[in-house]
Amino acid sequence: MSTRLPTGGRLIDRDTQLDFTFNGKRLRGCAGDTLASALLANDQTLLGRSFKYHRPRGLVASGAEEPNALLGLGKGSRFEPNQRATTTELFDGLTCESQNHWPSLEFDIGAVNNYASRFLPAGFYYKTFMAPRAAWKHVFEPIIRRSAGLGKAPTERDADRYEHFHTHVDVLIIGGGIAGLQAARAAAATGVSVMVVEQTAHWGGRAPVDGAEIEGQLADYWVRETVESLGKLENVRMRARTMGSGVYDHGYVLAYERVADHTPDDDRPRHRLWKIRAKQVITATGAIERPLSFAGNDIPGVMLASAVRDYVVNWGVSPGDRTVVVTNNDDAYRTAIVLKEAGLDVPAIIDARPEVSGALPEQARALGIAVHAGRGVAKVLGGKSVTAVKICAQAGEGAPVDEIPCDVIAMSGGWSPVVHLWSHCGGKLIWEAGNAHFRPNPDKAPTGHAGEVFVHAAGNANGAMTTSEVLADADAAGKAAGKAAGGKATRKAAPKAKEEPSEPMLPVWVMPQGADIKLRGKMWLDYQNDVKVSDVQLAAREGYESVEHTKRYTTLGMATDQGKLSNINGLAVLAGSLGDDIPQVGTTTFRPPYTPISMGAIAGEARAELFQPVRQTPIHTWHEAHGADWEPVGHWRRPYAFPRDGETVHDAVKREVLNTRENVGLLDASTLGKILVKGPDAGRFLDMLYTNMMSTLPVGKCRYGLMCSENGFLSDDGVVARIDEDTWLCHTTTGGADRIHAHMEDWLQCEWWDWEVYTANITEQYAQIAVVGPKARMLLEKIGGMDLGKEALPFMQWAEGELAGIPARVFRISFSGELSYEVAVPASRGLEFWIKLMMAGEEFGVMPYGTEALHIMRAEKGFIMIGDETDGTVIPQDLGLNWAISKKKDDYLGKRAQERSHMTDPDRWKLVGLETLDGSVIPDGAYAVGEGENANGQRNTIGRVTSTYFSPTLGKGIAMGLVHNGPDRTGEVIEFPTLKGGSIRARIVDPVFYDKDGEKQNV
Amino acid sequence: MLILTCPYCGVEADETELSPGGEAHLKRFGPGSSEEEFEGYLFMRENPKGVHFERWRHAYGCGKWFLAARCTMTLEVFGTYPAQTTEPPKKIRDAISAKRPGWSWGDFK
Ligand SMILES: [Zn+2]
Repeated sequence: MSTRLPTGGRLIDRDTQLDFTFNGKRLRGCAGDTLASALLANDQTLLGRSFKYHRPRGLVASGAEEPNALLGLGKGSRFEPNQRATTTELFDGLTCESQNHWPSLEFDIGAVNNYASRFLPAGFYYKTFMAPRAAWKHVFEPIIRRSAGLGKAPTERDADRYEHFHTHVDVLIIGGGIAGLQAARAAAATGVSVMVVEQTAHWGGRAPVDGAEIEGQLADYWVRETVESLGKLENVRMRARTMGSGVYDHGYVLAYERVADHTPDDDRPRHRLWKIRAKQVITATGAIERPLSFAGNDIPGVMLASAVRDYVVNWGVSPGDRTVVVTNNDDAYRTAIVLKEAGLDVPAIIDARPEVSGALPEQARALGIAVHAGRGVAKVLGGKSVTAVKICAQAGEGAPVDEIPCDVIAMSGGWSPVVHLWSHCGGKLIWEAGNAHFRPNPDKAPTGHAGEVFVHAAGNANGAMTTSEVLADADAAGKAAGKAAGGKATRKAAPKAKEEPSEPMLPVWVMPQGADIKLRGKMWLDYQNDVKVSDVQLAAREGYESVEHTKRYTTLGMATDQGKLSNINGLAVLAGSLGDDIPQVGTTTFRPPYTPISMGAIAGEARAELFQPVRQTPIHTWHEAHGADWEPVGHWRRPYAFPRDGETVHDAVKREVLNTRENVGLLDASTLGKILVKGPDAGRFLDMLYTNMMSTLPVGKCRYGLMCSENGFLSDDGVVARIDEDTWLCHTTTGGADRIHAHMEDWLQCEWWDWEVYTANITEQYAQIAVVGPKARMLLEKIGGMDLGKEALPFMQWAEGELAGIPARVFRISFSGELSYEVAVPASRGLEFWIKLMMAGEEFGVMPYGTEALHIMRAEKGFIMIGDETDGTVIPQDLGLNWAISKKKDDYLGKRAQERSHMTDPDRWKLVGLETLDGSVIPDGAYAVGEGENANGQRNTIGRVTSTYFSPTLGKGIAMGLVHNGPDRTGEVIEFPTLKGGSIRARIVDPVFYDKDGEKQNV
Repeated sequence: MLILTCPYCGVEADETELSPGGEAHLKRFGPGSSEEEFEGYLFMRENPKGVHFERWRHAYGCGKWFLAARCTMTLEVFGTYPAQTTEPPKKIRDAISAKRPGWSWGDFK
């Protein structure tokens, strides 16, 4: 059984006991424990179930590479699934639960998948996607959907807050082990600014656990001294609990700080995302031990040798009473020695190497541990925990020669440098045969802005294996980075460490070497996703040669641990099956983040009202006070309607339309884009931008214009007013203002840069209010100040003056078909002007109206709306707007495109009006069907609805749509099937439903 | 996230300050051009692994469009220059030649 040892544990404080629960069970740990060490101290070795076969799963590792111990952490608004027990610091009151099982962890129905495993081979999903279709739909999909996903999604709103930090630094060091600390010391000595981030709560990494001695002192002492001295330097910042998540272009780095995961409820932000610009980056990210592939290597109790050592040394926890060590290298002997010195039983060390000598093995033998050279594991015995191991000749096929009872197996397949961050931004790797691992290739480092190397790997992460190599390597990296970042060279030598002689390791990818299929089918590569040696071999037999394809086919390395333990072993097995060398097969791509980061950290402060800026018109507060029902339009909020007490939104819209048509309505049109275009060449410029002629527009007049992209498609529309000889004011759609302004600048700066034109987006400088309806003139005359009579200001003209004492520019334009004035006043006086109109308008029955009434009235008049009648594939000619396309101009943006054969094809879908036979409203986006079927067996379509409304004015449903040869089919009845079944029949009519001759707007 | 120096205001701008505008040095073909010319202008684009010329706008800065010569593979930036030109200036071409002898891109080398 696993338990807390009576002594030891360099990271824990035995005097501070912490209470926590696991699956409702009350347990107790110590301050300094991780959730993993605390669970282990309470003999909780079964922690979850695997994804595919629901196999029992226990701890394998002690850090970020842990694939199994994923738990649902917290409750309610602080619940979060898939939290890694090995990287979760214990706190008082922590609650957690295991995942991926039903009904209970100990008895899991899903485990039947385990017995059906030969029916769930590699590529299972792809194979079942193929055929038979019915089986997929009725059998596989429901099963997979039910079992898909790890953990449960939280149901409550996240109670925590998150934030982003931005910073610049000369040298950023990722990893606070001895390599990171020495690199920091060396870089800081060059005088540049340095920041060190460490993913755990502790500095020093593995060295203290591994018994390193530096400058004649134990590593712990050196680490403490170094951290203290670095802390005193003004040019050094140190952040623990901060993981280097990703390295990106030109020295951009994301780091993820777990500020308050271990102190919930203390009001600090839970996580902080650091956005760092570093001139130079050092990845001192250490190395991860590899598992060995032997049958039964996934049974709880089989752990990495380094993890077993960590639990004993760091947390004073014994993973079990009897540990068999299985290895192909010297390092695992340290685990055997640590266990023995802690008073625990190590019945055997099984070493795959045919001959075992050297300092560490000798030390183990001297402690009385039996070393079996040339041996491997034939099979691990046990179900929910290890009970014994059968050993065999590594060179053989797995015939057992001995059986050793034990409850823990500590395995070591060698060490792989953590090359993720090196690789994120293009760093390449080389294969180091001696250590059987990939390490950073210094000749192919990530390069920055000026082509300079900006990432250096240091220490274990660079393939340096002994403490003295690590320190020398890190020192050199620190000096190089400091110098490259503009520091002064220093001569201080790297600290010396006690020599750690070791004998070469022996690469072992399958144990035993000649294992048969029965054994290979029990050798796990990926514990979380249940990928075995046999799966990768099957993929190779089925023709998967590329490591990237094999990964996706087998799901190797695609779990939440992203294959930190499984990737190298998996590709070695693939290489073996293909008869290739490992470097030829290569690795899969390393992508950020290094370990999962929270969505909250990514969002930062951008949530709720800070999610995105909301643009408000000068009249916003009035709308709010008068019960506006809001509609987001781009970043703007516009009133959709102003429902009164007891009125539905629909009724309000109806009332607003009728009142505007009968009396007078006010629309806040301030969001409309307003772009001033000025200069000697402004007319010529606008002639290129609009399809119609703007240079000939007389001063004082307005003209409706269309803008197209160079691809010919209609992109925006609006009314242009000629202000003076040199100046035009272009109105754009609400959503189009910024885009069209940018479009103008693009053409001016990049194509016609010699034209003298200046543009200014003055959208927010004005409040614009549309005064609309038969009584509009009466209202404006009442507030007084300008002659707005029929002769003084005819339709499609504008005038400047003062209304009610406020400077105003009045445009006599109409988007509703009514007598209509759009009045622009300085933004600062918009609210005042609006209120004056409302008060003065009482006797005329004035009411505000919102965007829906606006839309309905424009549809009743057959006016198009950008984004409804257009979708980026529609040209003005489709919309019957040929009258707004100049025939006289040689050129305008989109003209050449509109001459293409498909654009001039008479056989296009064109704009029509649609009147339902029964008066109902056609659903938005509905398609009209015609004769026959297409190649997919679907009914052919002949048109679609682009705008559809109930018209309060006409008392029936009206719509506009694009119909194949539409205008030529006027009078024809076409059919729109609905989602509910059945269909709506509509007659093709003229799109202008109301006041066809335009008499009302022209009074 | 790239850093490009705006040749107008001199700011070393983060990519978040910039908006991309696709390939640089396109020659516009309008009415009267052939189908091939127009297709080339509107749709045909270089997609090199290596030296490339791009349009960028200092959208959240001075608002100016500029052009950048950079390596799509190593992210090295050879230089940025104002957009008011139909070809890369000699200084830029020399800078590229110094780092990538024998380079070519479209009609330029
Ligand atoms: Zn600029």
